[in-house]
Amino acid sequence: MILPNGWEMVVGLEVHTELLTKSKLFCGCENHFGSEPNTNICPVCLGLPGSLPVLNREAVDFAMRIGMSLHCTIAPSTFHRKNYFYPDQSKDYQISQYDLPINSGGFLDLPDGSRVSIERAHMEEDTGKSTHLGGSGRLAGADSSLVDYNRCGVPLVEIVSGPDIRSSAQARAYAAELRGILIATGASDGRLEEGSMRFDANVSVRQSGAPLGTRCEIKNLNSLRSLQRAIDYEALRQIDLIEGGGVVRQETRHWDENLSETSTLRVKEDADDYRYFRDPDLVDLAPDQGWQDRVRAALPAMPAERRAGVVALLDDVTDAQLDAVEVVIDLGLEKYVHAVAEASGDASLAVARTANELAADLDNVANLTTEAFVTTVLMEQRGELSATQAKTVLAEVLISGADPRDVAAAKGFEQLSADSLGSTVASLIKAHPDEWSRYRDGDDKLAQFFIGLVMKLTRGQANGKAVIAELQARR
Amino acid sequence: MKSALQIAADVRSGASSANDELERTFSVIAERNEELNVFLHVDFEGARRVARDVDERVARGEDVGPLAGVPIAIKDNMCQVGIPTTCSSKILEGWRPPYDATVIQRIVAAGAVPVGKTNLDEFAMGSSTENSAFGPTRNPLDPSRVPGGSSGGSAAAVAADMTSISLGSDTGGSIRQPAALCGLVGVKPTYGLVSRYGLVAFASSLDQIGPFARTVTDSALLLEVLAGHDPKDSTSLPEPSPSLLAHLNDGVAGQKIGLVRELVEGADDSVVTAVRSAADALREAGAEIVELSLPELALTLSAYYLIAPAEASSNLARFDGVRYGLRVNAVDVTTMMEATRTAGFGAEVKRRIMLGTYALSAGYYDAYYGQALKVRTLTINAFARAYEQVNLLLGATTPGVAFKFGAKTEDPMAMYLNDVFTIPTNLAGDPALSVPFGTGEEGLPIGVQLLGPGRSEAQLFAAARVLEIADGRS
Amino acid sequence: MSNAITRDEVAKVARLARLILSDAELDLFTEQLGQVLEHAADMNSLDLADVVATAHPFGLTNVVREDVVIASLDRDAVLAMAPDARDHRFAVPRILGEAP
Ligand SMILES: [Zn+2]
Repeated sequence: MILPNGWEMVVGLEVHTELLTKSKLFCGCENHFGSEPNTNICPVCLGLPGSLPVLNREAVDFAMRIGMSLHCTIAPSTFHRKNYFYPDQSKDYQISQYDLPINSGGFLDLPDGSRVSIERAHMEEDTGKSTHLGGSGRLAGADSSLVDYNRCGVPLVEIVSGPDIRSSAQARAYAAELRGILIATGASDGRLEEGSMRFDANVSVRQSGAPLGTRCEIKNLNSLRSLQRAIDYEALRQIDLIEGGGVVRQETRHWDENLSETSTLRVKEDADDYRYFRDPDLVDLAPDQGWQDRVRAALPAMPAERRAGVVALLDDVTDAQLDAVEVVIDLGLEKYVHAVAEASGDASLAVARTANELAADLDNVANLTTEAFVTTVLMEQRGELSATQAKTVLAEVLISGADPRDVAAAKGFEQLSADSLGSTVASLIKAHPDEWSRYRDGDDKLAQFFIGLVMKLTRGQANGKAVIAELQARR
Repeated sequence: MKSALQIAADVRSGASSANDELERTFSVIAERNEELNVFLHVDFEGARRVARDVDERVARGEDVGPLAGVPIAIKDNMCQVGIPTTCSSKILEGWRPPYDATVIQRIVAAGAVPVGKTNLDEFAMGSSTENSAFGPTRNPLDPSRVPGGSSGGSAAAVAADMTSISLGSDTGGSIRQPAALCGLVGVKPTYGLVSRYGLVAFASSLDQIGPFARTVTDSALLLEVLAGHDPKDSTSLPEPSPSLLAHLNDGVAGQKIGLVRELVEGADDSVVTAVRSAADALREAGAEIVELSLPELALTLSAYYLIAPAEASSNLARFDGVRYGLRVNAVDVTTMMEATRTAGFGAEVKRRIMLGTYALSAGYYDAYYGQALKVRTLTINAFARAYEQVNLLLGATTPGVAFKFGAKTEDPMAMYLNDVFTIPTNLAGDPALSVPFGTGEEGLPIGVQLLGPGRSEAQLFAAARVLEIADGRS
Repeated sequence: MSNAITRDEVAKVARLARLILSDAELDLFTEQLGQVLEHAADMNSLDLADVVATAHPFGLTNVVREDVVIASLDRDAVLAMAPDARDHRFAVPRILGEAP
């Protein structure tokens, strides 16, 4: 979207991601989404008097992985208390890193070549969850609320970008790329719908080159689509407001997906005085070089690098192929493509089969060895299997883990011999003289007509490429 | 009254039983608790069960531990499964913790029998036990006087011969000051030596649990059991627990002990005299006494009364009526929290929450809390400098003997000044103890304070033992 | 009357701390907090710009536990201690505003 009248938007994103630890950040309660309410609670995360927090080592590892993937500096850090009263926060303060975060000063390069700076990626604890009774089930208008502390104390990393983003599309691309990185590090499952990853967007507008305008924060956007739409809406709202002689007020706003608009959630007040101070129950966190090296050594390749690795195997990449590569990378399936390429097979065909057939049956992908996949792709490539047959074989191998050659044999997918195919094609040419003469005159589209007939006669057992070869031979 | 050491020996040898010792404790409680208001809760059933278990294990020939069958009183700010834990506050009335403090696990594992929970200044904020929502505790030596605080109940339990030992907590002197006022030995261990897990926090960077006992030996016996690394407390020291009993009679020969001007200045004459005689006694035992001045200590009262309330204001936020304890109903949650906290906290707790909230709030943080943290650094440096010259330090524990009820309640600043000698070590994190030495007005006991660098408990006990012997108490 | 802290500031702090103070308590606290803050003037007059702040007595670092799950508390027992509970959750009256 292009903004009117020379306006420019300035956007920074704060992304919260829950970490995939087994236990919570400061206690041994299970970190699990979807448990029965209040069944993952202990003295620590319930804030019972006398309880004390102890930091989870794995959470620190994940935080460092995230920081390293975003080219951050890892520095000695501390934990503070952010003091505010709220029922879903069992101690009435949140433990969070404040002026000394574990990760700071990094960047993220987007597929379009733009770079977004990362100010910090710090650790903190999540809050519990409230359910509102009465009214419409939303906070406003409810008579009372019920609190579940299962999520209270779940480890979070908050990744704060610089105010470098200039369009909602760029914001979306940033969020998508970051999500890929978080998944790749193993730190997060990236499940937006379960709230394990959440976006807050700081949006302001200005005339190009002018100083920054007053920003509004849009809270808790939980899909890439909402993120993009909410930013566009908010930028236009601010422009309308300013052009109408109004002034943007610094506030927190809520995005309503159904109404497609943002509305005031809370105005920043003097009362927002969080009285941050070092948590005296926790000590400094300063991972030494050895600890950092161990984490770095275990760090997998990031999406950008992996994407480039697959794209390099393809010639003349189309946009559709790029999309397919994206799917392969997102799902972490590129080992299949690389295996085909190593066997000197057709990487483009491998990408297509991976992005479609494998992606469609992720639950069973573990059953499929790279060898079996390579065998199937090579059989298709050599014409021993038609496309339809290859897909059927893959579907079967995904379920059973059987040898694709055995599956093909059991299904009776013996390819028609060249002789038998030749005579079939010859008889069809005789039966359809008009179409044949148009094909001979150079109308290549009619090849599909003849392939269709051959397929019908052979119940799909023929190989399209072989049919074209027969037609060409007779042209 | 038998010492804990003697009780444990008798129980182990069969000369006595845990049950007999416990029933003796119960009979003294029955006799004196109504008058003195020492125990807020006595766990008759649970204690009898633990005592029976100890006796059965002794009968089976098992090694029950160094505190075999010793009844022990617990300050009511430490969690014990199923036992009411109030911190002497209405806001926690009726709450029964679902978990044990680490110290409870340790003493029970050592064979001790926890008999009940003792009175304190609400949330350990006070120096007289007058700030309890459940009425003040009286000093067993003179019931018209305070026992000191905040661990007044635990001090009185031992002073009244209800138990031989008890647990207190010391944030700014809350063990040493009541020990001095009740004629007992009271120890504030090195910060991190004893786990804070299950101790309801007042000021987390200052709080330490420690022992009360009549004798130096019993104090060392109990502290050996309490000390040790706890993975549930991030601030717990990683080193193994020190050997204390083995060094009790090491004496002070060849030690250099500093008599600190700032830790005596302003004390009553009788207290100054007692400290000077203690210095003489140590010199006679072979120590070299040097007088020294640590001017930075004059600043510690101000720093303490900003740092401790700041931490407390945050630690006590959780008492909001949502999950446990008192709730005063209201139409919305904010009003409910306000009504609950207003009804549940006493005046001194409110005063400190207000002070701490102010010290941390925007615009004042640097001037108050931030500045106080820097004074803390100065305090640590001052002590470190002193310990380059001397092994231990000597001073008064309190400015005077036990005072009368109501003497300081109207003037918080006067009450705070009572802690002026005990506060510095809490800021430094170093250990200190109070040991009775001499008497003052109306024959009331005086405590002198011994201070040492981090983890110097063994030397402190050895010096205290010298004073105990010189004072003719054993 | 001390002027280290004003009555309005005391009232504002009470709101932050979720305490309701009567007029008499406001006056008393203004006076008493003022005295403590005035006592702190000894400390405030020092130039400590070059002194590092100490939040903690000993400099322990990197105290961590392994990522191991332990059993949850019994939900019914915990909720039985709650002032109000419904549907296995802690019940509270109406929440007026969003969390920050
Ligand atoms: Zn927990």
